[in-house]
Amino acid sequence: MKGSVIKYARDNIDTDVILPGPYLKIHDYNELAKHAMEGIDKDFHKKVKPGDFIVAGRNFGCGSSREHAPIALSYSGIKAVLAVSFARIFYRNAVDGAFLLPIEIDEETYKEISEGDQLEIETSKNEIKNITKNKTYKMKPFPELIGKIIAAGGLFNYKP
Amino acid sequence: MLNITEKILARASGRDSVSPDDVVFANVDKVMVHDVSGPGVLAVFEKLRKNGVKIDRLHDPEKVWVAEDHFVPAADKISAQNVVLLTQFTKDYGIRRHFKYGMGQYGICHTLSHEEAMVLPGEVYVGGDSHTNTTGALGAFAAGLGHTDVAYVLLNGKIWFKVPETLYFKLNGRLPEYAMAKDFILKIIGDIGTDGAAYKTMQFGGTGISEMSVEERLTLTNMTTEAGAKSGIIEPDQKVRDYLAQRGATNYREVHGDPDAQYAKTYEYDASEIEPVVAKPFSPENVSVARELSSTPLDKAYIGSCTGAKLEDLRAAARILKGRTVKIRTEVLPAAISIFRKAMDEGLIKIFMDAGVMVGPPTCGACCGAHMGVLAKDEVCISTTNRNFPGRMGHVESKTYLASPLVAAASAVTGKITDPRDLK
Repeated sequence: MKGSVIKYARDNIDTDVILPGPYLKIHDYNELAKHAMEGIDKDFHKKVKPGDFIVAGRNFGCGSSREHAPIALSYSGIKAVLAVSFARIFYRNAVDGAFLLPIEIDEETYKEISEGDQLEIETSKNEIKNITKNKTYKMKPFPELIGKIIAAGGLFNYKP
Repeated sequence: MLNITEKILARASGRDSVSPDDVVFANVDKVMVHDVSGPGVLAVFEKLRKNGVKIDRLHDPEKVWVAEDHFVPAADKISAQNVVLLTQFTKDYGIRRHFKYGMGQYGICHTLSHEEAMVLPGEVYVGGDSHTNTTGALGAFAAGLGHTDVAYVLLNGKIWFKVPETLYFKLNGRLPEYAMAKDFILKIIGDIGTDGAAYKTMQFGGTGISEMSVEERLTLTNMTTEAGAKSGIIEPDQKVRDYLAQRGATNYREVHGDPDAQYAKTYEYDASEIEPVVAKPFSPENVSVARELSSTPLDKAYIGSCTGAKLEDLRAAARILKGRTVKIRTEVLPAAISIFRKAMDEGLIKIFMDAGVMVGPPTCGACCGAHMGVLAKDEVCISTTNRNFPGRMGHVESKTYLASPLVAAASAVTGKITDPRDLK
């Protein structure tokens, strides 16, 4: 999985900024994508490219249970969010709905990755290669069940 | 040595015992969908059908109930259509409990969960809304999920959970009359941060909780979401039994933790030290003593939502507003019709109207910045709701201070953030 980084160097990016409340009534996924990150980045929809990654700090996706948040990011083209930690509902929505990969990274890695860096992520090796900076980082391995749900392609395809 | 959450999850997953970090598939006793998560669930059903999955029935429609709350009264054509979809959903799948706007009892889903005794002690309850945690105050395991997970529960009757660690918050002594549960929980969130309880359960106990009414306890569990918690819970006692009996529910299996139950960490608070606080923009963890911000001018006071418009919240606001007049735009929106009616019978609605307050219908509307009184750019609001992220209640450059109904009402009277003790 290869792509370039859109970085938000902050903690607690909440679902109200990922996908603001007024759009909760919308269930057309492509329409939701047009409003992704609108709460902090009006230009996100214009700059995001298919395959891009978001990099952020602690507690990404805190706030509401709206699945609209990972959906809006996924349908914008985001394949993975790399964050120091995730809020629980965002995390399970991303995995169970197979919208994107929530990848936990350590503080150092978070600080080192810059806007625009080209990354190659190999989840089977728990490795993140920064092609731009010629460095390799470790990602936190997925817990066992999460890995299985991801491999199955979402909760509905997973057989317990 | 199991605590209440571990015991409920063990029972629900057919095990004798569970420990934190165990992954279980728990049988779910109650499921809630509303006018945002319901259409989301239907979109998931559609996607599954396109992949050849046959869906013609739910696992158990008797366990499912439906609320209309986020976009009622219909904010626009799309939200009106979502309610039509929701109505068709309950009809198609034989769901009996659908609280419809404009047809007697309806209100915010979390408020109905306790007002209508939809969820009982010892149960596993999930809902397509993050503040589902609220109902844990009745002694249930209650957690919010997204709509894929809710769809999974509707079709399979169970869902995975990682057994959470429990943080135990002990309140010693009775809260002073000028402080409310909202002040206590904001103080806690200020102390531990918005991810201080991430993936964990927050349990409340101690003499201060025993003294506290069921409605006030619901404010605590509601706000556990704002500390990142998976759930909030309080062991059921006689107050809970009486509360449920008044609502016709007497048949349930309570669960209690063992006397030597284990907690990951215990925090102790002295009730006499809790004082009126506010959470400043743009995070519920941004907590200050109200008196330190007493020169902050406001444009609006909002007394509404699942966490701030229960009957006792309205009583608290009325205690302040009686015989006074508001200086800023002020709205009171009871959280359910049953509460609206009780407030009317007790004379609270008259007190509000005499004070110049606009009284509106139950809705999540302005709390999530969707409709029914959103904020303009640069407007400043004091609100009894649970979140104050950028844009939460309207324009992304508006500001919300979270507070108790006492502080919000006192501030409505002066037009500035006001500790109720300082009101002349």
